[in-house]
Amino acid sequence: MSSNSFAYNEQSGGGEATELGQEATSTITISPSGAFGLFSSDLKKNEDLKQMLESNKDSAKLDAMKRIVGMIAKGKNASELFPAVVKNVASKNIEIKKLVYVYLVRYAEEQQDLALLSISTFQRALKDPNQLIRASALRVLSSIRVPIIVPIMMLAIKEASADLSPYVRKNAAHAIQKLYSLDPEQKEMLIEVIEKLLKDKSTLVAGSVVMAFEEVCPDRIDLIHKNYRKLCNLLVDVEEWGQVVIIHMLTRYARTQFVSPWKEDDGLEDNEKNFYESDDEQKEKTDKRKKTYAMDPDHRLLIRNTKPLLQSRNAAVVMAVAQLYWHIAPKSETGIISKSLVRLLRSNREVQYIVLQNIATMSIQRKGMFEPYLKSFYVRSTDPTMIKTLKLEILTNLANEANISTLLREFQTYVKSQDKQFAAATIQTIGRCATNISEVTDTCLNGLVCLLSNRDEIVVAESVVVIKKLLQMQPAQHGEIIKHMAKLLDSITVPVARASILWLIGENCERVPKIAPDVLRKMAKSFTSEDDLVKLQILNLGAKLYLTNSKQTKLLTQYILNLGKYDQNYDIRDRTRFIRQLIVPNEKSGALSKYAKKIFLAQKPAPLLESPFKDRDHFQLGTLSHTLNTKATGYLELSNWPEVAPDPSVRNVEVIELAKEWTPVGKAKKENSAKKFYSESEEDEDSSDSSSDSESGSGSESGERGESGEEGDSSEDSSSGQESESGSESGVEDERTAKRNSKPKGKSDSEDGEKENEKSKTSDSSNAESSSIEESSSDSESESDSESETESRRVTKEKGKKTKQDRNPLTKDVSLLDLDDFNPVSTPVALPTPALSPSLIADLEGLNLSTSSSVISVTAPVFVPMKTHVLLHRMSGKGLAANYYFPRQPCIFGDKMVSVQITLNNTTDQKIENIHIGGKKLPIGMQMHVFNPIDSLEPEGSITVSMGIDFCDSTQTASFQLCTKDDCFNVNIQPPVGELLLPVAMSEKDFKKEQGMLTGMNETSTVIITAPQNFTSSVILQKVVNVANVGAVPSGQDNIHRFAAKTVHSGSLMLVTVELKEGSTAQLIINTEKTVIGSVLLRELKPVLSQG
Amino acid sequence: MIHSLFLINSSGDIFLEKHWKSVVSRSVCDYFFEAQERATEAENVPPVIPTPHHYLLSVYRHKIFFVAVIQTEVPPLFVIEFLHRVVDTFQDYFGVCSEPVIKDNVVVVYEVLEEMLDNGFPLATESNILKELIKPPTILRTVVNTITGSTNVGDQLPTGQLSVVPWRRTGVKYTNNEAYFDVIEEIDAIIDKSGSTVTAEIQGVIDACVKLTGMPDLTLSFMNPRLLDDVSFHPCVRFKRWESERILSFIPPDGNFRLLSYHVSAQNLVAIPVYVKHNISFRDSSSLGRFEITVGPKQTMGKTIEGVMVTSQMPKGVLNMSLTPSQGTHTFDPVTKMLSWDVGKINPQKLPSLKGTMSLQAGASKPDENPTINLQFKIQQLAISGLKVNRLDMYGEKYKPFKGIKYMTKAGKFQVRT
Repeated sequence: MSSNSFAYNEQSGGGEATELGQEATSTITISPSGAFGLFSSDLKKNEDLKQMLESNKDSAKLDAMKRIVGMIAKGKNASELFPAVVKNVASKNIEIKKLVYVYLVRYAEEQQDLALLSISTFQRALKDPNQLIRASALRVLSSIRVPIIVPIMMLAIKEASADLSPYVRKNAAHAIQKLYSLDPEQKEMLIEVIEKLLKDKSTLVAGSVVMAFEEVCPDRIDLIHKNYRKLCNLLVDVEEWGQVVIIHMLTRYARTQFVSPWKEDDGLEDNEKNFYESDDEQKEKTDKRKKTYAMDPDHRLLIRNTKPLLQSRNAAVVMAVAQLYWHIAPKSETGIISKSLVRLLRSNREVQYIVLQNIATMSIQRKGMFEPYLKSFYVRSTDPTMIKTLKLEILTNLANEANISTLLREFQTYVKSQDKQFAAATIQTIGRCATNISEVTDTCLNGLVCLLSNRDEIVVAESVVVIKKLLQMQPAQHGEIIKHMAKLLDSITVPVARASILWLIGENCERVPKIAPDVLRKMAKSFTSEDDLVKLQILNLGAKLYLTNSKQTKLLTQYILNLGKYDQNYDIRDRTRFIRQLIVPNEKSGALSKYAKKIFLAQKPAPLLESPFKDRDHFQLGTLSHTLNTKATGYLELSNWPEVAPDPSVRNVEVIELAKEWTPVGKAKKENSAKKFYSESEEDEDSSDSSSDSESGSGSESGERGESGEEGDSSEDSSSGQESESGSESGVEDERTAKRNSKPKGKSDSEDGEKENEKSKTSDSSNAESSSIEESSSDSESESDSESETESRRVTKEKGKKTKQDRNPLTKDVSLLDLDDFNPVSTPVALPTPALSPSLIADLEGLNLSTSSSVISVTAPVFVPMKTHVLLHRMSGKGLAANYYFPRQPCIFGDKMVSVQITLNNTTDQKIENIHIGGKKLPIGMQMHVFNPIDSLEPEGSITVSMGIDFCDSTQTASFQLCTKDDCFNVNIQPPVGELLLPVAMSEKDFKKEQGMLTGMNETSTVIITAPQNFTSSVILQKVVNVANVGAVPSGQDNIHRFAAKTVHSGSLMLVTVELKEGSTAQLIINTEKTVIGSVLLRELKPVLSQG
Repeated sequence: MIHSLFLINSSGDIFLEKHWKSVVSRSVCDYFFEAQERATEAENVPPVIPTPHHYLLSVYRHKIFFVAVIQTEVPPLFVIEFLHRVVDTFQDYFGVCSEPVIKDNVVVVYEVLEEMLDNGFPLATESNILKELIKPPTILRTVVNTITGSTNVGDQLPTGQLSVVPWRRTGVKYTNNEAYFDVIEEIDAIIDKSGSTVTAEIQGVIDACVKLTGMPDLTLSFMNPRLLDDVSFHPCVRFKRWESERILSFIPPDGNFRLLSYHVSAQNLVAIPVYVKHNISFRDSSSLGRFEITVGPKQTMGKTIEGVMVTSQMPKGVLNMSLTPSQGTHTFDPVTKMLSWDVGKINPQKLPSLKGTMSLQAGASKPDENPTINLQFKIQQLAISGLKVNRLDMYGEKYKPFKGIKYMTKAGKFQVRT
């Protein structure tokens, strides 16, 4: 780990660095010009690059990295520098770091073993408080295509997908695709993450996660249902690239989930027809149709919400909306897209190309849409050829009786264009217009004949071909044109044109009886020098003439057939033999020759002049496949409309979700301990409800605080709080209840309480005592069979180390790749500058320091609200009533449990016997310590028992059965988030220190506005402790109130700060590693504090 | 999405490559070179080229081909639009986007590309944000960097990406607060032989240069918003306000940006500010042709026409031209057959003209068509459509900004057929 020493040197030798920087830049100015001429010099260069990388000057390293990136950019191999480069991955200099990332992503695949060296850096950065650092770490980590780290990537993605920062979640969505392409086996797991991220409400995430969805599981359309409306509503605010992806996906979705909006007209017709028919099937059909088509409101929502995007500056977005309208909107509404598409034609050549292609396809089916914009498709001489031909194509499609004359005038200009390829295309266009619009056929034909005298051969040839096609459609009296064309044979050389003329003459040989034999004579002379295409047509012409006019042409034809017999091309030899057998009668020839005339001079169907875009319409518009007219890899077919719409209610979202970034996952089953994060989030919706109940219900009572304060101690050990509990538990409880009932106390009391509390902090307790308690507590854990032995051992170990946070086992899992052997339990939160620290030893030192100096201990609750919750109502409990409340005392049954007091009442007139707890239904990880069975409860009698529940720091419900001798009742306990805490005492200094470590994503804050009288310290204290079991921290400033607590299960710190601002506002800040609980608590505290 | 990017210069050298996923061998560009050869002209290279395993999507700008390699179905416009955005970003960063500039700034280019795409999907494309992540090089900064050894990478991480207003960076401060808006209209027209208009339309843009402190919220209203037929907005414009009130309401990005582009409705007759009188004739027998053009003002609303430039692609048969302009300078390139005449201002009293003869290839037949004349011009202080900005208001900040609006009319694709 030599990087350590660099780090120190950097700081000291700033002056030197500058000098060296200048030197290095002077070398770099030379290097780009010289193109690394010889191989040997190349090697040498790499050698000095290595030296520069090994140097302890940032500037030298930076220059080296710049040169290396330059090499990568040029496509030169820089892989041999890998070991030297990867060392710098933890550099403090951001630019070096960035360039190293660039290098890593490029070469990690080739140097997998060495690449692993860098992983731990990213893992650490994943926990950085700064969201941008977390995001970039995830980005690079997931871009390193090394299969070994797939599990690490998976974990990182899962964590990041629950991150509080939407930017990090966006990057998680990107990482999904990367991981999927690296290891498709992870598909199932990734789909779960996608499912969760799809529920995300952030516009930042939406585009990226839909992209991941399209890549990983485009067929899981069921994942979209619940998010459909949200996506539609978010769409306008999503960044433009995301919009494109979402719109394409929603188009596919709409085609599977809604019925066609296009049927309206057919439906009416059918109705009338079916009126007279009686058979059942028809009737059914009628019924179906009779229901006038009503568009699904969701269908309408999509169409309505995409409309503003036609105004986007991004051509891809406009095109995406256009194709959406084309594919799913009612035909009457599609018109609005044409204006926007025409606007795109002002854009670059490439954009024009794609847009014109799509317009071409659309204009075949619906001419009307683009007719008003006809002039926008007029060709300019400066357009590239491909644009010109596309415009022509569209003009042809748009041509009709009304505009054809204008168009033909325009075409005349085009035909004269210097771009001959374009001129030829125009001629074809004219031909197509002529066939489509019968009124102008003659005009076109005449125009084309004029072109036959054009000087350019390509133009003439193309005209001939087109005329041939036109004449074929109208075989009548065109003798003059054919004669004219026959004359052209002398001058024209293009084979296709010559072949076309010959074919025409052959086909019409009876109409031009004088010319045809003469043409054959000329052709016979030049036969050997003709193109194969022409030869075949000469043979054809000969055969046809032989059959119609054998007197004049018999010998000529035989001569030609003889020439053909010895031709080099076997096609021609083959054809010659075939024709000879067919037309020249001899004894061997069969019955076919009788029909020779019919075979050769049969009526031939006219060719159909069709648009080359005709067959493209089965591809979704705007796709690559449409552009190429072949199915591209990964193309997703647009399904046909379903006959009957699938159940629309699947899109209903039942819960009105709160303004939370993430929403609960539905599947609790699949969760394991590694996913603790999710399970927490699952229940917080509900918890917020129930806890708000408790807030309103709790009174201003705070009498017992004094007592509990005395009981509490403040030893360093986190578990020592129990001690106070163990002895006097039940007695104290009774006393407390009694007191609460008797007298409500004023504000002065709470102030007193605070003083008491301060006093209590000074009191000590011996370490020995606390450790013995610790042992006993772990015993009780194993007794209650709730926790596995290993876990409890780990717990005790941790306690011994006095680390405050229980890191989830993730870090442990991946530690085999952690080449630097630093403790997996260490938390970045405890480190001074985790992501940037190059020195691992320093990390460890930092860890030690932080542990030894922290003075945090559990204190007694400041206040215990008397609010009780109903566990079992007497009506449903057949006379047995049960209420519970949280005494806010450390639990005697286990230090991770929350103690719960249950008061049982017998409201019947008989004894209730054998009250006990039956079956337990607890979420994974949750533990419960039950009370001892109660033998009997007298009528009107009541008894209070206590039990302990380990809620795993989540607000999940603990369900169990409360049983009597005869019955079993299902009951639930759900803790308000404030009850999952234990108050801790700490000094202001410690508080600030801890808070400093819990910034970034671990911090949530909000602004509170309320009347100033609510901002007296006592009111705030009272309100805060009412909601949550926190301890007050003495504050040096009047305007800042601090509260500290730790979570019961994991012992993570929960720091609450209320900072009064000018006017009637205050800032509420919560710092905790348990961000989920933190944000739930914030949400609960806010309304309480702002309440008058 | 986008797998790799290759930058290819006009002589067919790949001078930069960047990969966002696995490395794609540069041999894939051979397919591109093939297509380029077939197309003869750079402009005619098809933007989408399929190869056995990849698809190559390219844009051609500043004599550079930007070739993106993709592997699966993706909307082609998505890639093309993105590539154009890349070019725009380079232009924004370096002033010009050319091969030498890119080569000189290869590290910055690489860092920018790295930020713009993640796994081939666009990540940060807003120039405001990119400039915070990676500072554009300036002469001053280069000097400072060489001396202090500091770098172009922003040492503060940008927050704009995460804010509600992703296009604006936070903490903007200016001593002089100013907002300038340029209303620029372009006339696209085709004029036929006889001088009548075949097609003419007006396209306009409003380019803004806003240098305001803090988070100003601006509204811009027009005297005659009805003129605007089809509009497209910068993402900062609130669409709802436009729909209901025809007012542009927005929090502007910092610096230069295009606020709006619009199309003036086709019903309005377009005033054509110039006319071209031409007399170009080739004779079949002789090897000399006559050439004469005169440019004059038509409907200019009393403004002067400036920056007039006439270009024309002469037919292949023309060997050389000997011309005398009444003002300005002209050139004729005998290789490309391109005639260009830089006219300058049009003085209505003394109309500029260009007269002379063309020498034609002996024996060659006369061209079918006379060359098309392309025209460029500028008219200051005039929006030809008559569009007028009514007022600009600022909310959200206390200071008084300096506001300026400029109008200009230019020729877009303005062609005269002869």
